[in-house]
Amino acid sequence: MTGIAADAVPVYTGVADMRRIARELLEAGDVRVIIGWESGPRGARPVFVTDPADTDKLIFDTRCVHNLVTYLNPRRDHVAELGKIGLVVKGCDTKAVAGLLRESQVRRDDVVLIGVRCGGVLEENEIPAAVALTPENVAPRCYGCDVREPTLVDHLVGEPQPEPPRPVTTIDERVAALEDMPLEERWAFWTDQFSNCVRCYACRQVCPMCVCESCIVEKSQPQWIEPAAHPRGNLSWNVTRALHLAGRCIDCGECERFCPVGIPLTLVNRKLQQIVADRYDYKVSDDPENPTPIGDYRLDDQQEFIK
Amino acid sequence: MTETHDDFEPRITAFVCNWCTYTGADLAGTSRLHMASNVRIIRLPCTGRMDPLFFLKAFERGADGIIVSGCHPADCHYTSGNYHARRRFAVFHDLMEFIGVDPRRMTFSWVSASEGAKWRDVVDEAVANVRALGPFDAYRALTPESGETAAARETTPAGVDGDAP
Repeated sequence: MTGIAADAVPVYTGVADMRRIARELLEAGDVRVIIGWESGPRGARPVFVTDPADTDKLIFDTRCVHNLVTYLNPRRDHVAELGKIGLVVKGCDTKAVAGLLRESQVRRDDVVLIGVRCGGVLEENEIPAAVALTPENVAPRCYGCDVREPTLVDHLVGEPQPEPPRPVTTIDERVAALEDMPLEERWAFWTDQFSNCVRCYACRQVCPMCVCESCIVEKSQPQWIEPAAHPRGNLSWNVTRALHLAGRCIDCGECERFCPVGIPLTLVNRKLQQIVADRYDYKVSDDPENPTPIGDYRLDDQQEFIK
Repeated sequence: MTETHDDFEPRITAFVCNWCTYTGADLAGTSRLHMASNVRIIRLPCTGRMDPLFFLKAFERGADGIIVSGCHPADCHYTSGNYHARRRFAVFHDLMEFIGVDPRRMTFSWVSASEGAKWRDVVDEAVANVRALGPFDAYRALTPESGETAAARETTPAGVDGDAP
């Protein structure tokens, strides 16, 4: 393909190194399984590689949107049963690893992290071959990425990548547009969106940070959140899901990508990120030592809304 | 909102801490202070006990507004419960405003055991605010009993859709 700038190639560098490291880890017995991406009939998809000969399956290009850290989630004990995991992670994914480490959900020694230098991924990944990023097709969450150089990794492959392109409409702009609407219209917008919810809980299942063994929505005595998919229970569920991730959400956008009815959960998550940033100067990072804002406090926290 | 709701009596649920605000409300009572009678108090051990689901449940069960009140900063019986609560209040407050709930339906205050008069003022102001806003019909409209979801009620077990169990 000609006409594509050198800084906008669809396939990232370092794939050969990634395959070599994966093969060596498996051959040496340092890990029992490598979790990365492969090319499938509908685009990139997660793959579990246990045979060193299969490591040539591994790819890394702009279609690799999945946050594979969800497989480290302690709820997925069937993954942990495979043995020690080698995980391929983008910079943004390492924030989820940091989150799990911060909350003592995973031990650093239990996973080998192969970091890949990433310059952004596509919003729509189910395409047979990777394409270069443009403002129209880039995942909006990639804008302003601050972990293109992952630090929380054991191996790092690939060349340093340029900043992802600015999307046509950024998430912050969409949040700001909602905030400019009158209260009644916002209420109408969100209750309409939430009323579509079918309560499949895909948002929870895919989330790397939803770590509770027993989710509040499945508690029936007392029944805090009504399980039927009607607007009242849906509002309660969606608000609760978002609040439980306040200051913890790492903005991977998997909840929205997996939502079968297309609820713009990213906007709620981003709003909460803005709240904790404005009020508590907190930004989710790949540093496991950085305490989350909910569960922490300062004596001089803002309280302008308290009488 | 331009229309008036003079004949509307708001229902307000107050979540108060055992050590400060509950005692403060008790003082307001024993002091024979006159205040609006629209508030139902739920006593909790500490504001740190609170979960945003309490507030959502109150709205679900027909509250037009909520009050959350506890010990002043540095006065918490458990040292830091109110500090933790303050952050959770703030996040809940801002998120609900983003979702479209008028923040005047959610009152937060610090009322100590000696501030019976302040409790009266908090209650009167909250009731006045909610009275001006009118009933929280927007939330009630979400209930399965209303509109197109009325059919769903037929299959919902008793006690699940708003009746006390």
